[in-house]
Amino acid sequence: MKAIDWITQVLEMAVALAAAPAFLGWLNQCRAWLQNRRAPSLWLPYRNLRKLFHKEAVIAENASPLFRVAPYVVFGTMVLAAGIIPSMGTRLPLVVSADAIALVGLFAAARMFMTLAAMDVGTAFGTLGARREMMVGFLAEPALLMVIFVASLISSSTALPVITGHLASGHLGLSPSLAFSAVAFILVLLAENARIPVDNPATHLELTMIHEAMVLEYSARHLALMEWAAQLKLFNYVCIGFALFFPWGVAVGRFGPEQLLVAIPALAVKLAAAGFALALIETISAKMRVMRIPEFLGTAFLFAVLGLLVHVLLRA
Amino acid sequence: MTHLPLGQQLLDTCAALLLLLSFAMLSQRRVVTLVNLYAVQGAVLAAATLLLAWRTGEEHLYVSAALTLVLKVAFLPWLLHRLIRRLGVYWDTEPLLKVSGTMLVGLVIVVFAFSLAQPITRLASTDTRSAIGIAVSVVLLAFLMMITRRKAMSQVVGFLSMENGVFFGAMSASYGMPMVVELGVALDVLVAVLVLGVFFFQIRERFDSLDLHHLETLKERD
Amino acid sequence: MELALLLGFPVLGAALLGLTGAHRRAPEINAALSLATFLASCALTVQVIRHGNLLLGDEQFFIDPFNVFLVALTAFVGLTTALFSRPYMRVELEHGRLTPGRLRLYHSMYQLFMFTMLLALTTNNMGLMWVAMEGATLSTVLLVTLYRTPESLEAGWKYFILCGVGIAQALFGTILLYVAAEKALGAQGVTALLWTHLDAVKTQLEPTVLALAFVFLLIGYGTKVGLVPLHSWLPDAHAEGPTPISAVLSGLLLNVALYAVVRSKVLVEGSLHSRLPSVLLMGFGLVSVVLASLLLWRQRDIKRLFAYSSIEHMGIATFAFGMGGPIANFAALLHMTVHSLTKSSIFFTAGHASQKAGTQVMEHIRGLITLSPTVGWGLMLGSLAILGVPPFGVFTSEFLILTTAMREQPWATPILLAALAVAFAGIFSKVQPMVFGETNGRRLPHAPALLPVFAHLAIVLMLGLYIPPYLAHWYRAAAHLIGGG
Repeated sequence: MKAIDWITQVLEMAVALAAAPAFLGWLNQCRAWLQNRRAPSLWLPYRNLRKLFHKEAVIAENASPLFRVAPYVVFGTMVLAAGIIPSMGTRLPLVVSADAIALVGLFAAARMFMTLAAMDVGTAFGTLGARREMMVGFLAEPALLMVIFVASLISSSTALPVITGHLASGHLGLSPSLAFSAVAFILVLLAENARIPVDNPATHLELTMIHEAMVLEYSARHLALMEWAAQLKLFNYVCIGFALFFPWGVAVGRFGPEQLLVAIPALAVKLAAAGFALALIETISAKMRVMRIPEFLGTAFLFAVLGLLVHVLLRA
Repeated sequence: MTHLPLGQQLLDTCAALLLLLSFAMLSQRRVVTLVNLYAVQGAVLAAATLLLAWRTGEEHLYVSAALTLVLKVAFLPWLLHRLIRRLGVYWDTEPLLKVSGTMLVGLVIVVFAFSLAQPITRLASTDTRSAIGIAVSVVLLAFLMMITRRKAMSQVVGFLSMENGVFFGAMSASYGMPMVVELGVALDVLVAVLVLGVFFFQIRERFDSLDLHHLETLKERD
Repeated sequence: MELALLLGFPVLGAALLGLTGAHRRAPEINAALSLATFLASCALTVQVIRHGNLLLGDEQFFIDPFNVFLVALTAFVGLTTALFSRPYMRVELEHGRLTPGRLRLYHSMYQLFMFTMLLALTTNNMGLMWVAMEGATLSTVLLVTLYRTPESLEAGWKYFILCGVGIAQALFGTILLYVAAEKALGAQGVTALLWTHLDAVKTQLEPTVLALAFVFLLIGYGTKVGLVPLHSWLPDAHAEGPTPISAVLSGLLLNVALYAVVRSKVLVEGSLHSRLPSVLLMGFGLVSVVLASLLLWRQRDIKRLFAYSSIEHMGIATFAFGMGGPIANFAALLHMTVHSLTKSSIFFTAGHASQKAGTQVMEHIRGLITLSPTVGWGLMLGSLAILGVPPFGVFTSEFLILTTAMREQPWATPILLAALAVAFAGIFSKVQPMVFGETNGRRLPHAPALLPVFAHLAIVLMLGLYIPPYLAHWYRAAAHLIGGG
């Protein structure tokens, strides 16, 4: 392990922590522009977090210790996840301990703590949100795993950096199976991060909300951590997308500082583009009824499996 | 990634698109969209044929691509659209199986088709042989669509899509059939659709509907 | 030359009858053209007997003893059916069940149907055979729905969709055959689908692919043969279509479809070193025989009854082809012949009987012997013949099949015997009251012309007592060709 690897590792996690709120801010800005509204400041998410951290935390009387612990666990999981996604370089020391499947497991663990905490206080909203979250999760996870399997089959490894390295070095070709997987992944991303066709992050209507319903009981630093974790989750998902489908600019192989210097602006450009694309999707699609979510995620699963089958069929 | 020539990659993409279109048809309940999907399937098929003709230099494939284009992209969809307008059938009623269930069965079918196609794939010497599995899948998925639909029109589109699958199979396994046979098959398909057109009017005239549940009286009686 | 005439007359007929419209003499033209076709088939037969196998038209057509006998049979039944339909359809027209326009469609499609069947029989190209088989379906779909009743529309729809799907499977099977052949022959293009070429290299064809191809071909053409469980179109189409169509469907189309199956089997068996094709044919055949004979009991419609009987007999023939070997093949060919002749004659009489009674429900058809002795005796003798009563030809063929089964597949014999007994009881118990039952109807003023019926039955009787040497030679040559066993 060279020093540069550790530097990359620390840098990746630091960038994730620092850039996640900005990415959400950028996404909101793009959306506002697209909808002909005045855009909020890019730094609004940071200000929100700062404000929340300075407040005094209020916790329900009947809350168990789990309720207090959950935000830290969720936040910690997301930071860890950020550590094993190769957003800038592929030689990450942490990666030996966790591959892509463990990554899905990390997300699942975060989800479990979040839903348990939501049900902990016993309000109706929390339980409702938790139930919906579990429904989305149980449908989205297999699809996500399928997407990862396709990429793994192509590069014969389940470690994300290896996959990224393989795809980045390979010849750029038309790959129907990867295209199908990309579609599936975008659908999963939208569902998992409570974006528009599945959930509307901007409302507090009980008929629609999933994520907001779960964090309703939190305040101050706990809420801040939960929000930050959510921003990190979105950031992580987008980075997984880059790692699987747009691995350009990422430093691969034995790289020096100069590649890393290229990787940072490349990531920034890709994030900007992704933010805009997500804002576009959210603008042109309408929120669907909760009943339709299984169909939506079923489509994602179908695309992912089709990607897998096409790969197996055409390359066997 | 494997190093494949561009033509091969394009062909693979066509094959993948055909499979995707089959699933899209399976999930589609609007008859008009179904016919459009059929036309798109024909177009992809024609594109694949053309690509193959260009790569192999087989002249009869150009003819067959042209035939596909005229018959399956232009004429038959036009005819079906006309029939739909004249008969006023726009929606298929609730299919016999829920869409998600159908999709799952469809996925299982693709796996089955793949195992079925393996010996053929091993035998065929064409460099498009990897698409045979997809052709078999398209055939079986169309079959599934015919089983799960009630409206006569959807069943017909299923039937035609099945023919597309068989055609694609012939193309990927042996660069197409001899010209005589291909012409004969095309003629049969054309006549089949014409006969069906007549037939639909007869059904409509009799029942005022194209719903096939009217056609369930002939059963074994006790 | 003979071949050109054989195929040319029906095409000419289809065009002529389609164009001239509802001509008063259309039925006579139909019959005359069928006669011409029959004469051409006779000439062809003579040529094959004299000169042996023929390869014609750039190798696209191939005539050997196996198909020439089916060609002659097809043309003959086509002729007699045309003779029968002449007065029959006129009566239907008078009863107002048909319009002149539909009669024109009927005549034109009848000739087209004959053409597609003769093409399927004579072509050497497996692809063309497929095209012709599909053409046969298409030309008869509109004939099944000729009366435009709800039931006939349903029957037509079922017929179209089931046979359409089946035939699509057969196309896939044909493609697989082509792929395998291309590998073995190394020739691009048309020759790889020619049966004679395939037959020459059949031992070199890749077995797995051929097995797969055979399964697809069997499902595809088997649907048309009416093998259980692919049979459900058959009784409906037979019951709801006009009687002449029931007669040709049962007597000819099923034969031609079985011919296609057997041709495929010959190829596949040469390549495969297993008994898969035989086992499949025997299995399908046996299931068809058993199920059809049980279902016979539940029928109330006279044409449905005999449609199920057709499934049963096709099952017997399929089983015999499955066993293979010279005797079983000989018996199966004989069975195809006598079944075709007997069943069409039964449909003729059944058509007359239901036309007189105004219904096809058997409970309402009574006392035919008093109403019209010719119809009554025709139905009775036809039924006895189809049930395998000696001395009719069906007895001979069934006896041969059973004795061969006893030697080759002893386990199947009791099943076959039991099924035949069940079928016997089923049909006889329904036909007997129809013929001899009490009736208060009056005797018909004039006897219907049932010449075709008695001509068919006479041939069947003759085949039961004495098979002319040239015919026997012919059957033996065909049986040898099919091989197996």
